[in-house]
Amino acid sequence: MPNFTIKNANLYYSDFQALKDINLNINDKNITTFIGPSGCGKSSFLRCLNRMNDLVDGARVTGKFLLGNDETDIYKISDVSELRKRVGMVFQKPNPFPMTIYDNITYGAKMHGIKDKKKLDDIVEKSLRDVAIWEEVKDRLKKSALGLSGGQQQRLCIARTIAIEPEVLLMDEPTSALDPISTIKIEDLVGNLKKDYTIVMVTHNMQQASRLGGHTAFFLNGEIIEYSKTSLLFSNPKEKQTEDYITGRFG
Amino acid sequence: MTKGVSNTFKKRNVNLTETIAKIFFLVCSLVSALTLFIIIYFIFTNGVPAMFQVGFLDFITGRTWAPEHNYAPQFGMLPMLYASLISTFFAFIIGSRIGKWCAIYLAFFCPKKIYKPLKTMIELLGGIPSVIYGFFGVAVIVPFLRNNFPGFGNSLLAVIIILSMMVLPTVINLSEAALRSVPKHFFEGALALGSTKTEAIFEIVTPAARAGINGAFVLGIGRAVGETMAVIMVAGNVSQMPGSISEFFSTSIFFAPVRTMTTGIALEMSYASGLHRDTLFGIGVILFTIIIILNISLTILNRNETNYAKES
Repeated sequence: MPNFTIKNANLYYSDFQALKDINLNINDKNITTFIGPSGCGKSSFLRCLNRMNDLVDGARVTGKFLLGNDETDIYKISDVSELRKRVGMVFQKPNPFPMTIYDNITYGAKMHGIKDKKKLDDIVEKSLRDVAIWEEVKDRLKKSALGLSGGQQQRLCIARTIAIEPEVLLMDEPTSALDPISTIKIEDLVGNLKKDYTIVMVTHNMQQASRLGGHTAFFLNGEIIEYSKTSLLFSNPKEKQTEDYITGRFG
Repeated sequence: MTKGVSNTFKKRNVNLTETIAKIFFLVCSLVSALTLFIIIYFIFTNGVPAMFQVGFLDFITGRTWAPEHNYAPQFGMLPMLYASLISTFFAFIIGSRIGKWCAIYLAFFCPKKIYKPLKTMIELLGGIPSVIYGFFGVAVIVPFLRNNFPGFGNSLLAVIIILSMMVLPTVINLSEAALRSVPKHFFEGALALGSTKTEAIFEIVTPAARAGINGAFVLGIGRAVGETMAVIMVAGNVSQMPGSISEFFSTSIFFAPVRTMTTGIALEMSYASGLHRDTLFGIGVILFTIIIILNISLTILNRNETNYAKES
């Protein structure tokens, strides 16, 4: 059952067309990975899904982006804040705010109206447990988040995002700035999170995409060339270009 | 073949030029550091003995400045200390707020079309000689105060107004640089959690720029404490201060003429001699100490902050 349905989406940066006629059903409680060479539009597309492109001067999006069971068109929502509560995002570089671990987690929750101290404490513990970092940080919740290692910071950023209980979790190459061990930890974590969240992840790393499973879309020059079950896409690609890319002939 | 090519180049004496360059740059930086020590040396050797000759406490807490009195000259600098501190305090309160908000506007909200002219004007404001600020004070601020408030216009309030204006360029330019150097991913991270632009800027980006903004504030305070020329022209230059606590907390202090430490030195240095001259150096010692305290407190204040402006 699709959680996010995208129909005939186009993205323009001034005169340049970055995405061409994208049609995609992103499945609920599943993981969908986007692969493709640099500049193919996969990150740009991800940023269309929570309207992060609104920030870019001259960016223009057409088409329908229908979110959730109520099929809200996200480009018709007047309050972007409401959309971004439903569609959270984790970035390439871990970006915890320069404040305490506790404040990092509660920042979003407070903004979305939770004031009760007890409730906030519970949210902090639950989200840090969900990202399997609670035991490591429970004694230094009041210390600066910038003192954590890169991998811990990235898990904190995921915790911060799920603390506001989004429906969809967007991840823009979340492990590309991390060491291999932290990368595996994040991958394990993402594997667990897909039980509760719809996860959309951009990755440069094809092994990562195949390890994570779910569905995969292959982007090239602003188009989706192929979209299918991950195992199928890697073992038996239908398109010549997909095959060339995954066998390393270009990209 | 290859051999022939390599022989056409002369061997360079790389080590010698590297060493000469290193020494040259070292000397250049030593000159600036040395200047500081020379200044400290001469101010302190002239000023400190005079302070103790007068009596350190009498010098700091004395309320009467009558250096040329024939029988019993008095060297109480407290009114000047008071005037410097209180004018700087209020100028800082006003100038730092306006400056910070202006910097936030320039860094995040200003449309491109307005940015260039606005930025140019602010930079120009920073380049105006202080005597010109003084003219503005004499021509506009002082008459305005004289016509609308008690007193003659030359007053603490005039000093505060002119100093608030003078700290603006320093505070704005440095704060803006600090705000711009905050990595963009903090801003995006806040937006992704559902912050509005204004929330992201005020709750995440501005606190992240705290170290740089504190630096801007301290330089602004330094400018206000040290300003001389513009202050001379509007202050009234009477070495006096409120006589009682109740007077201190009344608004009348703003309309009374004052003399700050810097103006005290500048006004009298040309004719002072003997002990009088040395006590002026003593005032310089106090001024210098204030600046040092300011810089140390900045270091303490920023101990736990990341200065992105310095990192990048």
